[in-house]
Amino acid sequence: MSGNALTVEKLTKSFGGITAVSNVTLHIGKGELVGLIGPNGAGKTTLFNLLTGVYAPTSGDITAYLGEQPKSMRGMPPHKISRVGIARTFQNIRLFSDLSVLDNVRIAMHNSIEYGFAASFFHTKRYFEKEAQIKEQAIELLGIFGLDKKTDELARSLPYGEQRHLEIVRALATKPEILLLDEPAAGMNQSETLELAETISAIKSSYGLSVFLIEHDMSVVMSICERIYVLDYGVLIADGTPEEIRSNKKVIAAYLGEEKL
Amino acid sequence: MFKAKNIAAVALLAAVYTAIKILRLTGIFGSYHEITIAQICINMLLACSLNLITGFAGQFSLGHAGFMSIGAYACALIIIRFPSVYGFMLGLIAGSLASAVVGLAIGIPTLRLSGDYLAIATLGMAEIIKVVFFNLKITNGAAGLMNIPRLMNWEWMFCLTAGSVALINNFINSRHGRACMSIREDEIASQSVGIDIALYKIAAFAIGAFFAGISGGMYAAYFYVLKPGIFGLLKSIDILVIVVLGGLGSISGSIIGAALLTLISALLQDFASLRMIIYALMLIAIMMFRPQGLLGTNEISFALFTRALKRESAK
Ligand SMILES: Nc1ncnc2c1ncn2[C@@H]1O[C@H](COP(=O)(O)OP(=O)(O)OP(=O)(O)O)[C@@H](O)[C@H]1O
Ligand SMILES: [Mg+2]
Repeated sequence: MSGNALTVEKLTKSFGGITAVSNVTLHIGKGELVGLIGPNGAGKTTLFNLLTGVYAPTSGDITAYLGEQPKSMRGMPPHKISRVGIARTFQNIRLFSDLSVLDNVRIAMHNSIEYGFAASFFHTKRYFEKEAQIKEQAIELLGIFGLDKKTDELARSLPYGEQRHLEIVRALATKPEILLLDEPAAGMNQSETLELAETISAIKSSYGLSVFLIEHDMSVVMSICERIYVLDYGVLIADGTPEEIRSNKKVIAAYLGEEKL
Repeated sequence: MFKAKNIAAVALLAAVYTAIKILRLTGIFGSYHEITIAQICINMLLACSLNLITGFAGQFSLGHAGFMSIGAYACALIIIRFPSVYGFMLGLIAGSLASAVVGLAIGIPTLRLSGDYLAIATLGMAEIIKVVFFNLKITNGAAGLMNIPRLMNWEWMFCLTAGSVALINNFINSRHGRACMSIREDEIASQSVGIDIALYKIAAFAIGAFFAGISGGMYAAYFYVLKPGIFGLLKSIDILVIVVLGGLGSISGSIIGAALLTLISALLQDFASLRMIIYALMLIAIMMFRPQGLLGTNEISFALFTRALKRESAK
């Protein structure tokens, strides 16, 4: 392993009386695929919201090691965190639903398109050049999930599974180094889920990403994750390899009455 | 592809221009018709610029007449002193920039507001601007400005409107325009892909206000009389109605909506009492049968026609 991509230290988030994330310390190595599991309401999505600046932490720190210098994400607004190189998908799909599939991806490429306001008003030569480049790149990314044939369709008109795929493509379009996936296989059937797990591994290696994955489907987590963290009531109760997690007593207790590992 | 689209648009504009010119030269169109054409131009630009703020960036605004009034008064005050084409150009630029600055000034404090609250804040802003013009000495208070040099004719207005609408349309079809639309769609997702939503909300207000300022300047130099009362809430609502009727998020919708509603209200001019009733009934009917507006978020294009044809043949 060549060092950490992201570290989280003693991170806490309270909503009034509820402590959704409590004193969580963890790290994601560069190029690592790490899982995050836990029962419903454990605070997994809240942790992602803290990592991406949707919520400001009550206390604790988040540091990214992506540029020359380590950078604290504390108090940084979401759009700046995106520019640092952290991208995410949403558990409750948040596409730009009345825009085309292509536009969803192009919007995510906003910061890598180099032309200013004047070029947008006057559609200069530079505008046409950059737009052509961007369109080509967007279509290439859409090709990962075979969405390149649906560029002109509205995002809302895609079937559910493809909407989840588009969320991943849109996140990739920001050219991230760390990708946070919040239940990407939710609502998919067995074969779609397997296929997705393979694609996630493939994307990870071909784009050199570090991936942090929330997933309820244990077959996915156990098969592709190198390490797994377990949250319960906002507290990290375990971390380790899939084998270690499978036999961890605390984890089994937390999941008792839920699905089997 | 881009080129074909542009050529088609220019050809259409030239055809409309020539048709009006011929009708006007042969006397079929009198000065009454010319006034209607001028009004259509002004309303088109107002509608397209409001559509940028409300339809594309998703920021509800009830203060567009306020932006228009700044452009109108600034331009009028300048051309009264410099009654020439250059004076008019200066007035237009000064007026639209002043309006854009006020757009910035309203955009920044209202950043955290949305929906109804934003509508009320923008309404308040427009009322404040109106009260200022009512009380300023230089704008001659409630009596308003009279005898503004009439430097505009319909040809000028046609070209200015076409140019301005083209610029707005270009902006929308750029990375910046897409950033605005993403705010309308989902602010959290928009930020998550790196878009500075505060910047683009303010930009939408400033650019929308800029073009409303231009249409105000055209108004002043064509109708040569300005009173603060012209730019009240009713005017803002008129513009909003055009935008909603044509389709929030459709420039072609705003163009067609402005032409249609201005024509209807001109045709009903002689039936003053009936006018508002017919107008209102028509709006209710459209909102019942086509709540997304005439064009929804679609633009008129070749693609739209081919898609419609495909749908027909698939039946
Ligand atoms: N904005 C908020 N305000 C108040 N409470 C919140 C907020 N967001 C999350 N919570 C609470 O925090 C706790 C953790 O929620 P979170 O969505 O992070 O769980 P999760 O692990 O993602 O669950 P699931 O597996 O169902 O997605 C829950 O009790 C939830 O009600
Ligand atoms: Mg969740």
